[in-house]
Amino acid sequence: MKPFDYIRPERLGQALSEGAKPGSAYLAGGTNLLDLMKTGAARPERLVDITRLPGLDRWEWGKDGGLRIGAMVRNSDAAHDPDIAAAFPAMAEALLSGASGQLRNAATMGGNVMQQTRCHFFADPFSPCNRRAPGAGCAAQGSDRRGFAVLGGSDACIATHPSDLCVALAALDAVVEIAGPEGLRETPLTDFHLLPGTGPEGHTRLAPGELIIALRLPAAAAGFRHHARYLKLRDRTSFAFALVSATALLRIEDGVIAEARLALGGVAPKPWRATAAEALLQGARPDADSFARAAEAALQGAAGHDAKITLAKRLAARALTQAARGTPARVPALPGSVHSGETAHV
Amino acid sequence: MSDATPIATALPQRMGSNAGQRTTRRDGVLKVTGTATYAADNHPQGLLHAVFACATIARGRVTDLDVAAAKAHPGVVEVMTPANRPPLSADPDSKPMPFWFRTQVFQDDRVLYAGQPIALVLAETLEAATEGAARLSPRYAAEAPRIGLDEPPYAPKAVGIGAPAKVSKGDIEAGLAAAAQRLEVTIETPAQYHNAMEPHAVVAEWQGDRLIIDTPNQAPVMAAAAFAAWFGIAPQNVLLRTPFLGGGFGSKAILSAPQILAALAARMVGRPVKMVLTRAQMFGPVSHRGATRQSLRMGLDSAGHFTALAHHTIAETASFDEFIEAASTPSRLLYASPAISTTHEAVVNDIGLPGPMRAPGEASGTAALEVAIDIAAEAQGMDPIDFRLANYAETDPMTGNPYSSKALRECFAEGAKAFGWAGRPLAPRQMTDDRGMRVGWGMGTANFPCPMFDAEARATLRADGTALVETSLIDMGQGAWTALAQIAADALGLDLDQVEMRGGASDLPNAGVAGGSGHTASAGLAIEVAGSDTLRQLAEIAAADPASPLHGTGNAGVVARSGRLHAAGDEGRGETYAEILARAGKSALTGSGKGARDPKAASAYAMQSHGAVFAEVKVDPELGQIRVSRLVGAFAAGRIINPRLAESQLNGGMIWGLSFALLEKAEMDPRSGRILNADLGEYHVPVNADVPSVQTLLVHEDDPHVNPLGIKGVGEIGTTGTAAAIANAVWHATGVRVTRFPIRLDDLMEGLA
Repeated sequence: MKPFDYIRPERLGQALSEGAKPGSAYLAGGTNLLDLMKTGAARPERLVDITRLPGLDRWEWGKDGGLRIGAMVRNSDAAHDPDIAAAFPAMAEALLSGASGQLRNAATMGGNVMQQTRCHFFADPFSPCNRRAPGAGCAAQGSDRRGFAVLGGSDACIATHPSDLCVALAALDAVVEIAGPEGLRETPLTDFHLLPGTGPEGHTRLAPGELIIALRLPAAAAGFRHHARYLKLRDRTSFAFALVSATALLRIEDGVIAEARLALGGVAPKPWRATAAEALLQGARPDADSFARAAEAALQGAAGHDAKITLAKRLAARALTQAARGTPARVPALPGSVHSGETAHV
Repeated sequence: MSDATPIATALPQRMGSNAGQRTTRRDGVLKVTGTATYAADNHPQGLLHAVFACATIARGRVTDLDVAAAKAHPGVVEVMTPANRPPLSADPDSKPMPFWFRTQVFQDDRVLYAGQPIALVLAETLEAATEGAARLSPRYAAEAPRIGLDEPPYAPKAVGIGAPAKVSKGDIEAGLAAAAQRLEVTIETPAQYHNAMEPHAVVAEWQGDRLIIDTPNQAPVMAAAAFAAWFGIAPQNVLLRTPFLGGGFGSKAILSAPQILAALAARMVGRPVKMVLTRAQMFGPVSHRGATRQSLRMGLDSAGHFTALAHHTIAETASFDEFIEAASTPSRLLYASPAISTTHEAVVNDIGLPGPMRAPGEASGTAALEVAIDIAAEAQGMDPIDFRLANYAETDPMTGNPYSSKALRECFAEGAKAFGWAGRPLAPRQMTDDRGMRVGWGMGTANFPCPMFDAEARATLRADGTALVETSLIDMGQGAWTALAQIAADALGLDLDQVEMRGGASDLPNAGVAGGSGHTASAGLAIEVAGSDTLRQLAEIAAADPASPLHGTGNAGVVARSGRLHAAGDEGRGETYAEILARAGKSALTGSGKGARDPKAASAYAMQSHGAVFAEVKVDPELGQIRVSRLVGAFAAGRIINPRLAESQLNGGMIWGLSFALLEKAEMDPRSGRILNADLGEYHVPVNADVPSVQTLLVHEDDPHVNPLGIKGVGEIGTTGTAAAIANAVWHATGVRVTRFPIRLDDLMEGLA
């Protein structure tokens, strides 16, 4: 492994000044960065460990019912808090569907937003990858496209964003709070990640040295708590990235959809908010027809892998259907799974 | 010995009650407290860390290695490459011993597969060695790799380890021509990698001409002999230690290039060397299960009996040596048919050499054969068990030999009862659960040979009446420390806690290989014979001693029980082992034994373990997401020494079968010849959430022929039949026959809604 400096600042100002130096990388849970350092895909000169920065490892509720989650809150802690799960059940389910218990204990909320694609060619320094090495080419283009983007990709990159959490955050209109040399700023999560275009190397709007300090969920997002679901298709029941995932949130008033949110994972280089589908659903009845039309709209323009596109449509419709039926009383035993956790005999 | 001195001519009868008990693991506390030491836990003074640089092309030559850059990195001590590799005594392009494969140990600059070690960096720390290896920045003259089963096939002489490539009887084409119904199916199985938890590791230390090596190996005495051959030293000058082995699955049965090179590096630098392969490096030089394409042709008469069964396999192998998955072999073993043809072809790929893995031959072979059987049952409108019973092999299908024992019918019956198979609809897509999931039931026959390997053991009674039993047993999680101790205790007429076992090292009597599902039978028989030999000597001493209450027991014989010999039929007439030894002035009494199968029995009988695996799957009707909600396996494998451990192994085997059915596949990039998922994040093996319910039934089977202990072996059979059972259940749920493993949700899309 390439030798590197390790710095563990205890003040935000110090972290930002160290983080702004060329070759620095912020280290939080390390569940993604350390893997990339082991393969050689990431070779930072300096790790700035931000896990000891004061105040970032807790969350606070706003008077209006909004939630501000510090960037260093561990995924497990956020997922298992009953108040958070009650207000934002799809986020809790998304969190618990991701990775493994051990990884969720280490991984942080801010780090989850910052994680890199799991594209093999990105992690392998011996494969051409425009995202890792601009201009090198994209080895994914000629390969089996099953694991790659069907929406939002480009000739330069078709890698998918791997996060489960971010799919829920996108649907919940989360806001990212960012600290930097210029002070504090914020951006909607849906704007935070970038599509690859011709320059996939910058995958977020974070400028060098900037640091996520919190994620904010607006009070209005809790309004979907009665009709919220996160579903995830994958090859293994746990500890596997999504082939396709979907967050569906509904507000149903008098038997009509007052407001809908739909976001997809595993299909695009960023968490994919399906605004056209949402617009179709507003004012519609929560029935199979509406959901099928919304699913079609969500995958409008998708290309690259027909079976995956079909799956994504069906999953979007299913997530909407399940959301309409009502949020499960508690996060299911197999979070995100279409199967129940019990062993049921016929 | 005078005529007047009566001796016990019959073997003492032993009243043991250890075998058959559900004893917990003797090494359990060591394991759960982390105090069991594995190879890489050893840290001899002054050791260097060794890290390989591995090829990132699959075919070509290494044209440049920046050795200077690697050596300039702080902490790097030496870099071994083909340019400076010290000589080895064995020719890596030769095959001087059985179980020996040609290998790449820096003999030249050729690259024959991606992941091939091309240089070894030695440094004071693991980190420095890792960075040194990265700084070698190899350059290559690359050639297009040969990848996939469509390469030109050739006819191999042998498959697996020495099995004939072709075995046939009868006239297949005539059988097919005469058939009322002809069926064909082609099924593909992917390359799979063993992925034991413990990576291949070596801690090697030279003391002059003596090599002390800690490395996980399933056959320590054979491995020590191989090391001796590589280094030109006497076998007794190699001490190889494997007290615990963190999963082998076949990949640790034979020496691999990284182990040889690490030991060579230790000699080169004159310091102990530790080498631990990374997870990624285990996808190449330490073998794998080769991909297959299996075509089955079946002819059936109007009553549903086979008129012909042809099973042809095309398997991948490497360019430098051969290991061909013997996938057609189950069709030699399971069904009666007047004409059977089992054949293999191979294709050369630029890949690491395949090797034995988790039920080699049988796992891949039954995955195809037992799906084909399900297709045949469907075509005949028969229940899959009834179809199997209609074509039941009462004798070995190829040789006509009787089975030494075969309780497969009982496996069908007991498994079906436990599973609740009765009333299963014949047609697919008939069952739905309360959540709307499609439900399917499928089954498959499990089969594995029960070989034995030559094994030796030594049993010593000590002055205090306890015993030391020595053999190079290998516990790779299956429980050899425990099951073999149970056999030893019975062999010696002792309680289990009176027996100390010594194993896991090459300086002990040779226990053979912990593999092929033959370890308990082989090492167990050697221990049994050694124990008998010790007790025979002890009884002779007592019977010859006028001061012993056993004096003159003669042909009436003695009974050994709880550390005491007494006269048969007179418990009061006897004395303890310790008393006999003390009076004889002996501090210890040692017997030895060899275990091997009676060759007459071996040629007269077919010897196989059998089983029946039942699977229930639930499939989402639109999304295809598959869940194996239940697995029930009923297995007949002769005498079971420890039901707890045997059930655990069989449960594990079925879980590996589930893995075969739905998860495992090395994703090969055909452009580069490199594996895209060479890590445990993306190479999927089952997690707890994938296995909600698995149940093993042990079906009683007495076998007087396999060996005197009646043991067949349970190590691998659980994996066989299971993949097909799940595939058949998926068909039963959905009506979709997926003929390529692993079955994935998107494979079901076209057949679903």
